Amino acid sequence: MRLGALVRKEFLQIVRDPSSIAIAFLMPLFLLALFGYGVSLDAERVPLALVAEAPSTDSAEFFAALGGSPSFAPRTMDSMVAAERALLQGEVDGIVRLRADFARASRDANGAPVQVLVNGIDTNTARLVQGYIEGAWSAWLAARAARDGGALAVPVDIAPRIWFNGELRSRNYLVPGLVAIIMTLIGALLTALVMAREWERGTMEALLVTPTSMSEVLLGKLAAYFVLGTGGMLLSVALAVWWFEVPLRGSFWVLWAAASLFLLAALGMGLTISTLARSQFVAGQVAILATFLPAFLLSGFMFDIGSMPPVVQALTHLVVARYFVAIVQTLFLAGDVWAVILPNAAALAAMAALFLGLTWRKSRKRLE
Amino acid sequence: MSGDAPVLEATGLCKSFVFGKRVTVALDAVDMRLVAGRVTGLIGPDGAGKTTLMRLAAGLLVPDAGEVRVLGRDATAESLAVQAELGYMPQRFGLYEDLTVAENLELYADLQGVPRATRAARYAELMRMTGLAPFTRRLAGRLSGGMKQKLGLACTLVRPPRLLLLDEPTVGVDPVSRRELWAIIDHLVASAGMSMLLATAYLDEAERCADVVLLHEGRVLARGAPRALSAAVAGRVWQVSAPGMAPRELQDALSRAPGVADALVQGEHVRVVTREAAPPTLAESPSLRADPVAPRFEDGFVDLLRQARSDLARDIDMGPPRHAVDADDTRAVIRVRGARRRFGTFWAVDGVDFSIARGEIFGLLGANGAGKTTLFRMLCGLLPASAGRLEVAGFDLRRASAVARARIGYMSQKFSLYGNLSVAQNLAFFAAAYGLHGAERAARIAWAESTFDLADSAAQLAGLLPLGYKQRLAMACALMHAPEILFLDEPTSGVDPLARREFWLRINALARRGVTVLVTTHFMEEAEYCDRVAILAAGRLLALDAPAALKARARNAALPEPSLEDAFIALIQAHEQRVAS
Repeated sequence: MRLGALVRKEFLQIVRDPSSIAIAFLMPLFLLALFGYGVSLDAERVPLALVAEAPSTDSAEFFAALGGSPSFAPRTMDSMVAAERALLQGEVDGIVRLRADFARASRDANGAPVQVLVNGIDTNTARLVQGYIEGAWSAWLAARAARDGGALAVPVDIAPRIWFNGELRSRNYLVPGLVAIIMTLIGALLTALVMAREWERGTMEALLVTPTSMSEVLLGKLAAYFVLGTGGMLLSVALAVWWFEVPLRGSFWVLWAAASLFLLAALGMGLTISTLARSQFVAGQVAILATFLPAFLLSGFMFDIGSMPPVVQALTHLVVARYFVAIVQTLFLAGDVWAVILPNAAALAAMAALFLGLTWRKSRKRLE
Repeated sequence: MSGDAPVLEATGLCKSFVFGKRVTVALDAVDMRLVAGRVTGLIGPDGAGKTTLMRLAAGLLVPDAGEVRVLGRDATAESLAVQAELGYMPQRFGLYEDLTVAENLELYADLQGVPRATRAARYAELMRMTGLAPFTRRLAGRLSGGMKQKLGLACTLVRPPRLLLLDEPTVGVDPVSRRELWAIIDHLVASAGMSMLLATAYLDEAERCADVVLLHEGRVLARGAPRALSAAVAGRVWQVSAPGMAPRELQDALSRAPGVADALVQGEHVRVVTREAAPPTLAESPSLRADPVAPRFEDGFVDLLRQARSDLARDIDMGPPRHAVDADDTRAVIRVRGARRRFGTFWAVDGVDFSIARGEIFGLLGANGAGKTTLFRMLCGLLPASAGRLEVAGFDLRRASAVARARIGYMSQKFSLYGNLSVAQNLAFFAAAYGLHGAERAARIAWAESTFDLADSAAQLAGLLPLGYKQRLAMACALMHAPEILFLDEPTSGVDPLARREFWLRINALARRGVTVLVTTHFMEEAEYCDRVAILAAGRLLALDAPAALKARARNAALPEPSLEDAFIALIQAHEQRVAS
């Protein structure tokens, strides 16, 4: 009866408090829209300046090949001076310069040097631009060799095939990872805030003098926010699959089970924070710094863990979201790969047990 | 358990708290026993240790030494069993503001394990007792302060406890709601034989208790029947007046006179407690008239406190005023004509007219929701009026509120100080905020430190100061720019009576120098210090008169000596009857 009353109270509060609704439902929608539409790690229509010191049919052909790629939005410029100014002013992200002897040297045994200048401030785009231009260059060479009747003298032929995300859409791995971010928000941030609110408004003191035990208070919160977090998970998965058309290749039920484990760990973190910080302001700050930001930056949701420095890589093992991101990305894009799912799920279970156990031990029915 | 056994017994109870390197002793070897079936008052200023004692009794804190037994059980070792039989209403009772009145009751009934069969009858009784029946579907957050307290009490009582602990149930509650709360408390003791421990900082509430325990700085100063405390000063309490001397002037002179333990303005008289059983005398006024009067609880308390502490400032010198103010200039400093203020469709202030003369102390009273705070904020220039004209220090607030604000000092109940800055840093900040610099700033800060005895604690953090010092510092900050007008919002609620007296001596000294003072308060003792009092109800002025005249209006056969609170309640009730009919 007491537990039921506490859970009912939590739901009434959630329904009537616009800020919990906003964090639980509007924030996920906002994040999904942002990452589904706005943020993209692909280079598309990169502005490029093309300079041919002595225009010829060869240079025109090469430029046409670059212009045909969806990756670039090239502009031909008359002089290197103008192109450099455009790069400085941020109008273009790169310059391709063909020297005056391009037409002759490109048929030479030594080959023709092509100068590529890339704005390296945004390293990710710079690297992509560099790679795309190299690709365009070799494609153009091959095409010309075929037309001229001779084969290109390249000893190795690369035949790339991309698995799991054939179209290379960054949305396909960002959106599944978002499920982890959204559940961190609901599980850790919202739970830490509502627990701190009980202390701040003095409702906790009134609860403590009733025969209610501390475990009932904690279980009431866990149950209510578990349901809310599951709702956030279902909402994000539904939008991912039906709206953003991200394939879900693994089993939905495995996803559900992994999400539940992760949610328990996130709730455990939220409750742990609230036993330490009893004001909403501090609890909010700590929850953002200790759970949300690491989930964003160090979980592999956006930035590949493999390319981080070893120290940071070691640190990511402390980030609960990391294990869940590995599971969701695998489930969505590859399928039920047990070799990935099982060890990560075990880590999630251990984290959940750790944080919930910590809360259990820390919260006594006392005010100090 | 026999009827004579104490329902609560504390022996050698000690509790201290550690904040950083500072140790605060909240309770120091407290012994007390609570007799069953009575209201025992736990009386003391803020910081005396009342809340700590209540929390120890409710098993929410663990004592450092000693023990507290509640209903025959150790409250620390068997806290769950004690909590099952106890009712405890913390100072800010945990109402869930997003839940309705009925949902709050239902939640506490579930948590307390009240059987479903008995609930309907219990709810009906509680709603009738608290008068909340028409509001069961309203969100608790939308109730007025008094109604919230009554709902908190109802939630605590949903399972009738044997012992009820009430921590300052009447703080922030207007006099009408306060009287209603006391009616409920008296009814519970009389009809259900409940035992109660009620903490309060209001000394007039002590007289309503069967027993009192006086706490001061964590120690029990006295205990027993309130009458016994006032009996200690019997024959030493006088009502004094002197021809040709204003009560405030007389009070100032008397409080310096030898042999006087306490002097307090009360309407047109000064109430004096002497050290010996002889009437007070004043060298400068031989025609002093002193009539013996019956002692009150506060007289006894203050006398006790004076013996416990001798460090109090009695000779108050506020220093020379910064602006030459002509105290004889009686032109109005604050003028309010037809002031109205609307929130949505609701007129919080609905046509108010009054003016306040230079050097006047003016009180603004009213029940919760009467429009006091709105009017106060309009006068401070924080809220524009919807209609009407407000003039402060000769400036129209609609056009020159920033200029007018520079002439105003403001001090609130919560003391708007920066707790993690030192005393000197707070003073320097407020001096800079008021635009003082160079030699003038240094002079004002020096003035503040010497006038308010803050020089010794200049390096201390403001947040760690004792309450009385915090109040001095807040006042020093409010007066930093030598304002002509001082706005006070419940300035002495919860402060011990000696600190309150010191505060009002300072205010009196300022008023004599021509500073105009506007006070809003629920605290009738503060209203007694005012020259005139305005009582607001439903956004309109219900009465505007001197406290003595207001009291005279309420005088009748049943109440030959009405207090200001009686007068206030009579006015509000008469108004409510007029509205209802």
